[in-house]
Amino acid sequence: MTSFWSLWISFITLAVIFGCLILVVRTRRSEVYKETTTETMHHSFDGIEELDNPLPRWWFNMFIITVVFSVVYLFLYPGLGSYKGYLNWTSYNQWEEEMAHAEEHYQPVFAQYSHLAIEDIANNDTARLMGQRMFNNNCAVCHGQGGVGAYGFPNLADNDWLYGGDGATIKATLLYGRKGAMPPWLDILGEDGVRNVTSYVLSLSGQEVNAQAAAQGQTTYQAMCVACHGSEGKGNLTLGAPNLTDNIWLYGGSFEQIAHTIRQGRNGVMPSHGELLSEDKINLISGYVYSLSN
Amino acid sequence: MIKHEIIEKNISLMVLLIIIVISGGGLAEIVPLFFQKETTTPVAGLRVLTPLELEGRDIYIREGCHVCHTQQIRPFRAETERYGHYSVAGEFVYDHPFLWGSKRTGPDLARVGGRYSDDWHRAHLYNPRDVVPESIMPSYPWLFSNKLTGENTAAKMEALRVVGVPFTDTAIANAEADVKGKTEITALVAYLQQLGTVMSNRR
Repeated sequence: MTSFWSLWISFITLAVIFGCLILVVRTRRSEVYKETTTETMHHSFDGIEELDNPLPRWWFNMFIITVVFSVVYLFLYPGLGSYKGYLNWTSYNQWEEEMAHAEEHYQPVFAQYSHLAIEDIANNDTARLMGQRMFNNNCAVCHGQGGVGAYGFPNLADNDWLYGGDGATIKATLLYGRKGAMPPWLDILGEDGVRNVTSYVLSLSGQEVNAQAAAQGQTTYQAMCVACHGSEGKGNLTLGAPNLTDNIWLYGGSFEQIAHTIRQGRNGVMPSHGELLSEDKINLISGYVYSLSN
Repeated sequence: MIKHEIIEKNISLMVLLIIIVISGGGLAEIVPLFFQKETTTPVAGLRVLTPLELEGRDIYIREGCHVCHTQQIRPFRAETERYGHYSVAGEFVYDHPFLWGSKRTGPDLARVGGRYSDDWHRAHLYNPRDVVPESIMPSYPWLFSNKLTGENTAAKMEALRVVGVPFTDTAIANAEADVKGKTEITALVAYLQQLGTVMSNRR
């Protein structure tokens, strides 16, 4: 802040405070110790006249107290331009102190679990409960309480994993996030092609389909879909390509839902949490997630 | 001794004195901020909104999101733990008007960008209870059918440029084509997904 603005702020602040003080003192009646008077304001209405009593003493004193308060406040805290205040208080320092205090008190709590493997956290009752709390705060909006998932948001409580369910993979998913990339196929396959592949995909999980359509779909599948989903439709954990043979469907398993997925593609996103939560916390949450299916 | 009678019986003098007293606060607290580096310089990496995000911002205002959601993280641990790095003035240099809000019925949105997936936002705005069962937020299903025409987008950007938002000529020229035919939900989600992402240290 330049010295001009510093002086500007200081001058106006003090001028308003002391201006008000002068105003309130000077306009109080001169007979300050006289609480009542017979003198009137010299105007009457229907014979009623207003007595020229001074401001009640307690009221006047409250004005004085506010002035005294403001002077003390401006001395202690930064209010007058670039003057830092006797206490050197800033909102930033206060936040730093709060954070340091929390670090000192809570870090040891997290630290006692930081050396544990994800799988061991899952077996430690306290650590798992801590993970559960943080899961409910950070993850349940998508994955639901208890991690049961919803349409478009994977169920974490079953044993079906897009990217892998071991401790290290779960932790990596939390830290860095995931981006699903199923491309839209309508333009490439055409509507008939989409429906044929849908029939074949449904047949992979043993459902009854039109055999001729499925056979045609199989040819397309082996040309277009194997790269990610594999020749047997078992999926690929590295790519996050789902297993198509287990009859577990993230976006619905009806013929129309699957056809829609193939037509439009899917781009499910798990946001990365590495910048939102400390690694200790991510370890605990990973442990809880691991415990849901183990 | 000035008698209070003089002030009380001269309405012009009283008005003048009142104006002097009440303008003191604004002159000392607001006016200097127009000239401070901290409030007029954008933080490193701050970019202007794309036409689509700008339309999303106007939908955010139209639907009154700022009435229940703030966009300002205060420097308290309780807030920075939950929402990320506290907000700084330089993040809002291109906001006209700013959408800090003053009441939190729902959570703060200053750094909601990237926190949830686009799909989640769409599900949540269509019917919040589908993803957050205890939510009291209203549903906004019409955002999915309303389409943007983009006829005013360029004019809005021109107007914002007058007050100091550095939109490029190219961006303004392409604005209508960029947003035309897109649904309102696409614009709103685009706006939400960039909120607060300029500051990387979010914890």
